[in-house]
Amino acid sequence: MGDIVTMDDLTNQDIVDVLDDAERLVPVARGDVYLPLLKGKVLANMFFENSTRTRMSFETAMKRLGGSVLNFTSIGTSVAKGETLYDTMQMVDGYADVAVIRHPRQGAAQYSADAVGIPILNAGDGAGNHPTQTMLDLFTIRQVHGTLEGLNVALVGDLRYGRTVHSLSHALVRFGAELTLVSPSTLKMPVEIVSDLKEHGAKITETDSLEEQIANADVIYVTRIQKERFPDEDEYVKVAGIYKIEASDLSGAKKGMIVMHPLPRVDEISPDVDSTEFARYFEQAFNGVPTRMALLCRSLGIDVPEKVK
Amino acid sequence: MSEMRRVTAIRNGTVVDHIPSGYAMQVIKILRIDTDRATPVSLVMNVPSDKLGRKDVLKIEDRELDQEDLDRLALIAPAASIAIIRNHAVAEKMKVELADDLVNIAKCFFWNCITKNEREPLPQRMRVTSRDPLQLRCYYCGREQEIDELIENIL
Repeated sequence: MGDIVTMDDLTNQDIVDVLDDAERLVPVARGDVYLPLLKGKVLANMFFENSTRTRMSFETAMKRLGGSVLNFTSIGTSVAKGETLYDTMQMVDGYADVAVIRHPRQGAAQYSADAVGIPILNAGDGAGNHPTQTMLDLFTIRQVHGTLEGLNVALVGDLRYGRTVHSLSHALVRFGAELTLVSPSTLKMPVEIVSDLKEHGAKITETDSLEEQIANADVIYVTRIQKERFPDEDEYVKVAGIYKIEASDLSGAKKGMIVMHPLPRVDEISPDVDSTEFARYFEQAFNGVPTRMALLCRSLGIDVPEKVK
Repeated sequence: MSEMRRVTAIRNGTVVDHIPSGYAMQVIKILRIDTDRATPVSLVMNVPSDKLGRKDVLKIEDRELDQEDLDRLALIAPAASIAIIRNHAVAEKMKVELADDLVNIAKCFFWNCITKNEREPLPQRMRVTSRDPLQLRCYYCGREQEIDELIENIL
């Protein structure tokens, strides 16, 4: 109850409800309004793998709502001494009301959700899922396009190991998106995910060329080719830097098209894109705060008031 | 029934019929039949079958399969029919039925699955996502399992 491990844990209506809650929480996220909905609640931020934005935005979200945060990293702790995930999570179950977990191993969030009673929010499990990132991505898309329905979205880069695009593609096809999957052949979307997407009746195109997708897209979602996920460094070197978007590449783009990126970026989006009307990745990073506020409230069974002031 | 008599009838034990042709050795493995032990096992391979075209049959003496055995068996011989033999007569007939959720039947193959840490105490779990063709995914990491590889990973 209250766990969010994959996007399957949320119905389309749940998604819309959380995004509506998040929208009302924006002034709280900015610090303009103080709304201690989660006063007395404790969040455990369980980061077994590094994170900047996700960890900090969860922490900000919890604190802006009056709650407090326990921060855990696995370096130099009982985990380094060989403690199992199961045992570590038993401790958290006793210390906190809700836990966010990021772990290098795939399936760790589901495993944790089964191991404890408190709600678990998956903040990335290996190359698996990252549903809270998807929620802020959807928030960003809806903010600009006014809808999630029927958009044309190009997902670009590392679609094999990129967990953000795994969760995002699942969600988008449920709202009738047309997806173009742009990646080198070694980093294609896993077959089981493509087969799930097609089961939803989605129109999916797979290609290795970005150029011809720019004119059609409503959203270009770019991901970093993640060195740390490659079992073999030679394979990484072959594909590193394969996509690079510069401002001049976007001259043929539709009006209202947005470029998104879960960040951190390396060189896949040139800094000269930042000042164009298309760039949306920094707002996207901010949107993590109101979206995660809404998700924390949902997991803890706390209603967000209809009017926030 | 003449195919069944290619080997002698057994007094007590289990007959596993309608194994897909060529899979009898895998069934021995999946049922954890210890081939070094003295219990006689008779194996018939590639005999004609109305149902399967060709099939394998296994007769295991002095062992009665239980539900857990059947759950395992369902992975490779979903059409198998089981007869428990007591004192030369069929005492019980059983059908193999594949559950939706397979607990502690096989290990996930994926090198980066959370269950790869052998000290983690929660059970191995697989979800059946399709029965024909058989498709399974790890409940935790979601990776689709190669069926041939899965047989190697039976617990």
